[in-house]
Amino acid sequence: MSRLLVCPPDYFSIEYEINPWMRRSNAVNSDQAVRQWHHLMQVLEQDVGAVLERMKPVPGLPDLVFTANAGIVVGGTAVPSRFRYAERQKEEAYFEDWFRGQGYEVVTLDPGRFFEGAGDLLGFSDTWFGGYRQRSDIRVFPTLSDWFHREIIPLELVDNRFYHLDTCLCPLSGGELLYFPPAFDHYGQAALAERIAPSRRVVVPEAEALRFACNAVCVGKHVVLPAGCPETESLLTLRGYLPHPIPLDEFMKSGGSAKCLTLALD
Amino acid sequence: MMHDQETVLLQGHIIDSLILAKVLDTILMMGGTFDLQDMQIGKTREEPSRAKIIVRASSAKLLSEILHAIQPHGASVESERNCRLSAAPADGIFPDEFYATTHLSTQVRVRDQWVEVEGIEMDLGILVDPARPTARTVPMGEVKRGDLIVIGREGVRVIPLQRPRDRDVFSFMESQVSSERPHGHVIGDIAKRLVQLRTGVREGRVGSRVLLAGGPAIVHAGGREALTWLIDEEFIHVLFCGNALPAHDMEVDLYGTSLGYGHAAGRVVPHGHEHHLRTINRIRTIGSIEAAVRSGVVKTGIMAACVRRGAHVVMAGTIRDDGPLPGVITDSLEAQAAMRAAIPGIGLALLVASTLHAVATGNLLPATIPSVCVDVNPAVPTKLADRGSFQAVGLVMDAASFLRELARELGWKS
Repeated sequence: MSRLLVCPPDYFSIEYEINPWMRRSNAVNSDQAVRQWHHLMQVLEQDVGAVLERMKPVPGLPDLVFTANAGIVVGGTAVPSRFRYAERQKEEAYFEDWFRGQGYEVVTLDPGRFFEGAGDLLGFSDTWFGGYRQRSDIRVFPTLSDWFHREIIPLELVDNRFYHLDTCLCPLSGGELLYFPPAFDHYGQAALAERIAPSRRVVVPEAEALRFACNAVCVGKHVVLPAGCPETESLLTLRGYLPHPIPLDEFMKSGGSAKCLTLALD
Repeated sequence: MMHDQETVLLQGHIIDSLILAKVLDTILMMGGTFDLQDMQIGKTREEPSRAKIIVRASSAKLLSEILHAIQPHGASVESERNCRLSAAPADGIFPDEFYATTHLSTQVRVRDQWVEVEGIEMDLGILVDPARPTARTVPMGEVKRGDLIVIGREGVRVIPLQRPRDRDVFSFMESQVSSERPHGHVIGDIAKRLVQLRTGVREGRVGSRVLLAGGPAIVHAGGREALTWLIDEEFIHVLFCGNALPAHDMEVDLYGTSLGYGHAAGRVVPHGHEHHLRTINRIRTIGSIEAAVRSGVVKTGIMAACVRRGAHVVMAGTIRDDGPLPGVITDSLEAQAAMRAAIPGIGLALLVASTLHAVATGNLLPATIPSVCVDVNPAVPTKLADRGSFQAVGLVMDAASFLRELARELGWKS
């Protein structure tokens, strides 16, 4: 059973621009956003079998909907995010309160060390990957590695359109890696190639990477991803996965998709 | 010389992620260099690794650019402490625990910045003016009560010598000194340097002057003419010696003997042992070596060449001196100070046939100045080479042969 933290998009809109996808002139169609979000929830609950924990939305915090950036949860411990941009720093207290309210042991990072949660830290059971440079500070990874006894391979994000690691890399439950190599420099690409056998590397084509094909939620054999990525779907199907494409273009206006809208709690 | 440096720490899973490789590549690509000073590699996959890296650059600006470029990859500048200072308790006395310098370039951390120590020389203290902030070396005898002197080792860093770019004998200095090595190529390399440095002096480049510290064996063994020629041709610009070298040099001019030995005849001449005393007495009568040369009393030789060419001469006396000649400094500390004052601007030092002056000069020279020590006694070049500088070349050979061969290499026709 997989538990995911989500937050309804009641106040979702574009009120500032902190990544290349956001344009305040490109207004969100709120009704459409709500419909798309509910569709995603329905698939996650009914088709994928995930259990959803819903957080209360807060007026004035349009990006609270992207719960992947709440922090990370490992067992009974939660590490809340420390956002790089002031616009999202106001979310920190709400996420932290939610973790405490649910009985998690909350461990906090030093102030001034940016860390944007599961947006920049994901991986397999033994090895995690940490995205840095765009949002998170590489110096948080040795601390997290020490707390959770996991190897964390830092990967520099070199293309600001892929500003979080979860926008260009998605570990799959069978040990494969869905990713877009040009989002990393050659050191990062070499480190990934060294770690993951060629047969397990699933390379997403650029056009679909730009539709955030990698921003997918993988639970067992189910992979929930944004609609419009047929090649990625075929690649997944070939490896025995069951793709669930969902139209999420309202959230793409803000630079987020399926994965950004969820946080794995277990 | 690459003087600007900073120590950075890098930790985490820096090996498999190639973060360490990326940081080191970045330093090199930007034109810096690094020393991996301390490397601890995690024993298990989960265990992080740790690297302490000294980053060096040719300027403070480049260093700051490099640090700026590697900082996002987690390379953080190690926090360092300022040096500790204590006031000298009295004139001529360092505070307890004073830091004693080496002959290597040194920096001290004052008010959170690294300050270059001026006038580096071994076995001195470091005087700091925290207000400006500046730092310079100070000999024990010259320290004044209340001077702020560096104590302990905290906040002091010694910059290792960089291998010189020129691929000559100075860049491949072996610490071993042997009388059985062929000298030809070494002398050839020294000659090339002398030509470069003479051009430097003529073009007004700082650090191009050549110093020769020598003993009277140069005259006794027959190196006088070659050295005279080297000074006349402006290959040598500064001379350190005692009382004996000028005395015997001028004795040859006035009496045709050195220490009573007929220079041309090759045997002891009657009452020859008095000649050097009579020479000294004569010069004392005239008042100075310079006056003796200018008035035409002394016409040939090393001292005459020095006067003609305006070479800077420092004569430091010893307790066995006769006379001494006018101009010989008999107070050792004064002599040291005069020698020290002549060091800035020197680009090469030749230490020839004098244990006393070679070691004294060697102690005054920063390691960055290439030096050649020539002596028939292997103990002297060995002593100099043991200072640990790979720019000190030792040659076990007779002074006259060395100077003659060197002069011939440069075009002297004997």
